[in-house]
Amino acid sequence: MEMIQKQDAAQHHFFSDLSVMLGRSLRHIFRSMDTIITATITPIGLMLLFVYVFGGAIQSGAGNYVNYVLPGIFLVAIASGTSYTSLRLFTDVQRGIMERFRSMPIASSTLLWGHVLASLVFNAISLLVIMLVALLMGFRSSAGLLPWLAVVAMLALVTLAFTWLAVIPGLTARSIDGAAAFAYPLIFLPFISSAFVPTRSMPPVVRAFAENQPMTAIVNTIRALLAGEPAPHEIWIALAWCVGMLLVASFLALRVYKKRVS
Amino acid sequence: MTDIAIRVTDLHKAYGQLAVLQGVEFAVEPGRIFALLGSNGAGKTTLIKILSTLLRPDRGTAIVGGFDVVSQPAQVRQSISLTGQFAAVDELLTGRENLMMIARLRHLQQPRQVADELLARFGLSEAANRRVATYSGGMRRRLDLAMSLAGRPPIMFLDEPTTGLDPEGRLEVWKVVKELAEGGRTVFLTTQYLDEAEQLADHIAILHQGKIIASGTLRELKQLFPAARVEYVEKQPTLEEIFLAIIGKKESC
Repeated sequence: MEMIQKQDAAQHHFFSDLSVMLGRSLRHIFRSMDTIITATITPIGLMLLFVYVFGGAIQSGAGNYVNYVLPGIFLVAIASGTSYTSLRLFTDVQRGIMERFRSMPIASSTLLWGHVLASLVFNAISLLVIMLVALLMGFRSSAGLLPWLAVVAMLALVTLAFTWLAVIPGLTARSIDGAAAFAYPLIFLPFISSAFVPTRSMPPVVRAFAENQPMTAIVNTIRALLAGEPAPHEIWIALAWCVGMLLVASFLALRVYKKRVS
Repeated sequence: MTDIAIRVTDLHKAYGQLAVLQGVEFAVEPGRIFALLGSNGAGKTTLIKILSTLLRPDRGTAIVGGFDVVSQPAQVRQSISLTGQFAAVDELLTGRENLMMIARLRHLQQPRQVADELLARFGLSEAANRRVATYSGGMRRRLDLAMSLAGRPPIMFLDEPTTGLDPEGRLEVWKVVKELAEGGRTVFLTTQYLDEAEQLADHIAILHQGKIIASGTLRELKQLFPAARVEYVEKQPTLEEIFLAIIGKKESC
């Protein structure tokens, strides 16, 4: 009887444990604002480079190249922003804080969820900074409230998927460099998509890859929504990719996490 | 549960081909300081990880606070705290925030009050609002121990609590550990410093090549040593000599 009650207790405290964990991770973020600056500098630099150096030569078909390039810049920013989740988790494992928490009577999945939710906040701030810079560079959107909400939801889904992916190296990496390295292919992926140049200008093999990888569907959907156009049919492909990545990544991450327990 | 705080029976653990624990057995009575002595790589940390539910044994049982570490980990976690080899403190938080975090995770009623009491007890009140990144090694270790004490778990695991501390820091930790046991708590500590075991422990066990090769009070262990010979100067064996002698005997047979 007593046993059953105690087991219940661990479940019972899920939300209070989660709020402690989230509070801790948020403090980390707000006390190291330099990480947000670092996470936004590369995407902003890329945006400046593409708009003011390459932009003139790119036949995007759209009038305003900042509008064209912004969705891709968002994806690059999310990919580099989520790598901080790897670094923070890696530090927790290295410092023994993870072991301390795991030897305590707390709902153990909250250890990961705290980091994941904090990553949403971190990336929201970083995307906001990038959007402000884009506005200064001439980004304009005619989209109404609902399309904007759809864009925010899609970016949140991408962030969640990338963050769960980032949890895996955070838990398994042997060195801090290894923990951060997973982000490089993710940062690179938007470049072989419709994010910076239209896919029709690419050679057939590259074009086939570009048109069938998740970034293109996501970028095209966000771009259309921001332009005030009706949601393209690609939105379903984009959603399928996002939800699929999220499910696979969180499943794998939780498996890695459980495996470390035994 | 009652009269035995920790009981370990025939515990085995291997990492791949490397057998670390090969049939470890011992029991710890409540309210005692139990020191597990062994060289680096003897398996002390592996054992402490199994007892604190972080690692599953391959075979054998471990009962902590009356509960099985494999089948009832949630109940075991209610009655223990773990202080690892390195101070597991959050550098970006202040000392008080670290303690309040642990108090909340232990679901205590008044986390702030608990934190303040512990800060005072461990001489950290003045540094309470400073980030831990600015603390000295000794202060970190004190905070680490204070965090382990929040919620008053009846059984405390300390994995090499004085490794990396200066002599002064070591004495401080020794003092705290003695106080813990006087409060009726069971303390299980590992150490590679023989004088540490000699100073602190009611009961000493020596882990060597995956097994407990000797176990008892310091007095009992001394009896295992060849009787003192009468010479011009009679010299009592130190624990260090006992340790080396026992290991030597095991290896020669």
